[in-house]
Amino acid sequence: MNYATTENPADWKLPSPRKLGILTLILAESALFTIFVVAYLFYMGKSLNGPYPHEVLEFPLLGTIALFSSSGTIFLAERCLHAGNKPGFSLWWGVTAALGVYFLYFTGAEWYHLIFEKNLTLASNTFGTTFYSLVGLHAFHVIVGVLLLLGILISALRGRLHSDHTEHVEAISYYWHFVDCIWIVVLTVVYILSVRVPQ
Amino acid sequence: MSQEIIIDENYRMPEPVRVGEETGSLTRVMQQLVFTVDHKKLGLMYIGAGLLFFVIAGLLAGLMRIQLAFPNNHFLPPDVFNQSFTMHGTTMVFLVGMPLAFGFANYLVPLMIGARDMAFPRLNAFGFWVFFFSGLFLYFSYVGAPGLYAAGSAPDVGWFAYSPLTTKAFSRGHSTDYWTLSLLLGGIGSVATALNILVTVFCMRCPGMTLGRLPIFVWCMVVLSFLVILALPCLSACQIMISLDRYLGAKFFDTQAGGDAVLWQHFFWIFGHPEVYILIMPAFAITSEVIPVFSRKPIFGYPIMVAAVVAIAFISLGVWAHHMFCVGMVSLANAFFVTSTLLVSIPTGIKIFNWLATMYGGKLRFELPLIFCIGFLFQFLIAGLTGVMLAVAPFTWQLSDSYFVVAHFHYVLIGGLLFTIFAGIYYWYPKAFGKMPDHKLGLWHFWLFTIGFHVTFLPQHFLGFLGMPRRIYTYQDDRGWDTMNLISTIGVAIQAAGILFFVYNLIYSYIWGKKSGDDPWDAWTLEWATTSPPPEYNFAKLPVVKSRRPLWDAKHPEDPDWKHE
Repeated sequence: MNYATTENPADWKLPSPRKLGILTLILAESALFTIFVVAYLFYMGKSLNGPYPHEVLEFPLLGTIALFSSSGTIFLAERCLHAGNKPGFSLWWGVTAALGVYFLYFTGAEWYHLIFEKNLTLASNTFGTTFYSLVGLHAFHVIVGVLLLLGILISALRGRLHSDHTEHVEAISYYWHFVDCIWIVVLTVVYILSVRVPQ
Repeated sequence: MSQEIIIDENYRMPEPVRVGEETGSLTRVMQQLVFTVDHKKLGLMYIGAGLLFFVIAGLLAGLMRIQLAFPNNHFLPPDVFNQSFTMHGTTMVFLVGMPLAFGFANYLVPLMIGARDMAFPRLNAFGFWVFFFSGLFLYFSYVGAPGLYAAGSAPDVGWFAYSPLTTKAFSRGHSTDYWTLSLLLGGIGSVATALNILVTVFCMRCPGMTLGRLPIFVWCMVVLSFLVILALPCLSACQIMISLDRYLGAKFFDTQAGGDAVLWQHFFWIFGHPEVYILIMPAFAITSEVIPVFSRKPIFGYPIMVAAVVAIAFISLGVWAHHMFCVGMVSLANAFFVTSTLLVSIPTGIKIFNWLATMYGGKLRFELPLIFCIGFLFQFLIAGLTGVMLAVAPFTWQLSDSYFVVAHFHYVLIGGLLFTIFAGIYYWYPKAFGKMPDHKLGLWHFWLFTIGFHVTFLPQHFLGFLGMPRRIYTYQDDRGWDTMNLISTIGVAIQAAGILFFVYNLIYSYIWGKKSGDDPWDAWTLEWATTSPPPEYNFAKLPVVKSRRPLWDAKHPEDPDWKHE
């Protein structure tokens, strides 16, 4: 077939599949979270029996600080990678993973406190149902994120991370920022809004 | 620089032995199916699996029609009837409609945009196998679902599984869990494939294939994938909630503990209505390719056609509660959803008029694909008109959950979707197998299926007016429903005869069909630029595109499209 060739194929630029792939995945995950957030908002203040949010929830200050600052450290790690500073990358990337692990520890401690001292379980009331499912879904995404971070960290420490992996790293950092953004929503809805709603 | 290269003249490279090609033929075919990441093979596997499930769900429908042929019939017990309509609906939506759409998208999108494969070939295989096993899992419920309680076998809660039917109290055993987990699994596969299609279209186009030059088929598949990405996770959320309710005592839909059964309906239809447009999108896609080629004219109003598809998808995200006019929403909500639903008819009307305008003054070639598309135009119009009727809340108050609704959505999904699927299969059959489908057998298929379809579903509109509710397993003989039910059942037999001709045609043409050559329809999109069937790498040299009809440009260098676009 004889195609017209006046347009120069060398000028043809398209977005990177990995980046667009992760952004699409984030879009799908956002839809998933939306339903759980709406369920939480819908049942807010409608529990028939206690415990109620204002009785048992405490503002998760340390966990929040850890998660939010991890978005900064992952940015620093990426900047090191672009500058070719591999030890710096491993350091900040490791700090990011550690902050994620700390957030999970914090959530675990919070849940232990709620379950064994405040008697709030998934089956207690609609608050328990929507609280554990929403916060749990987010925590599950943090777990996945931490595993991804650790995978990259291991290959970086073994010296297997090369310049052609920058896109992998970037994709994971997009995902991590997304998990962070979701936490802003969860924090606002669960820990700021719902504790102020009268029962 | 001192390294010497020794050249041994007598050395011959050993023939590479590829995995799956070393043993006898059946094993080899099986291995190729299991190992393949080729978008064309996976596309055909999607279509094949979709047609297989279509036959199974069609048989279930046949059983239900036999049961309903006469009043007070006892062909099927009530519990088996409930399982049959649940499995029929679930299968047709999740294991037939979506896989067929993905099959066509998989096979054609890379070819149409001049790419060598999908963006993520292994993810593609993952998506197919997850879908296929979710289907097997659903059907395994017939064997595995009784569980410890020995109650129920296949799921029997209807394809939208309204709460509280799905609670432990009303659905003992594990049938609902098979339904839930199967859809959760299938949802993951669908999102994977939709993601793949989106990334492929945006990142893999050949030089010159700008978004404004994409075939409308590809545009429709992009829109379909966006809808899948936005809607399917909502379904997954629903399934997670049911599982938490059933197994961990959560209260999402437990009304006694303050849960809300209507919330399930909202959540389900937030997924469910975009799903309807996911299912009809392949119809728009295929029609927009077939009608121009067989009218020998470029599509009328390309930008408007694309805008209409995007508008339909956008509006479809805000119409879900028109499935719920009868649950007693506030008037404002009713008014909103009536209005938004009626709005859909505007872009849909634009599409119908543009297809007609494409045919108007064209040199029509009445080959099988065009014949089926013309059937689609008439039947989809009827489906659209009953849809507009049902969009009006007071009308729905009268006819909701009646056979009128059943007739409406079968006109959409069979008269609309399935007819274009047949058109698409006949249109691209030469591309996939290098053989022409037999015209005469195809005509038998068309006429038997069309007549059978209308004989089955036209009377169901009137049964709805006469008050026959959907999902009843039998009825008394003094209702005046018996004649039309009998006619409807006879129609199923005629449809089945048509399907037999279709299946026979596929096999007959594969073995004895005429060789088609690379471009039998004298078409204009890139998939016809390569051989039939295409090689694994699709294009030896990636094409460069300058207009919306690259093959027209290639065939008519004296008057190419890009001079006029």
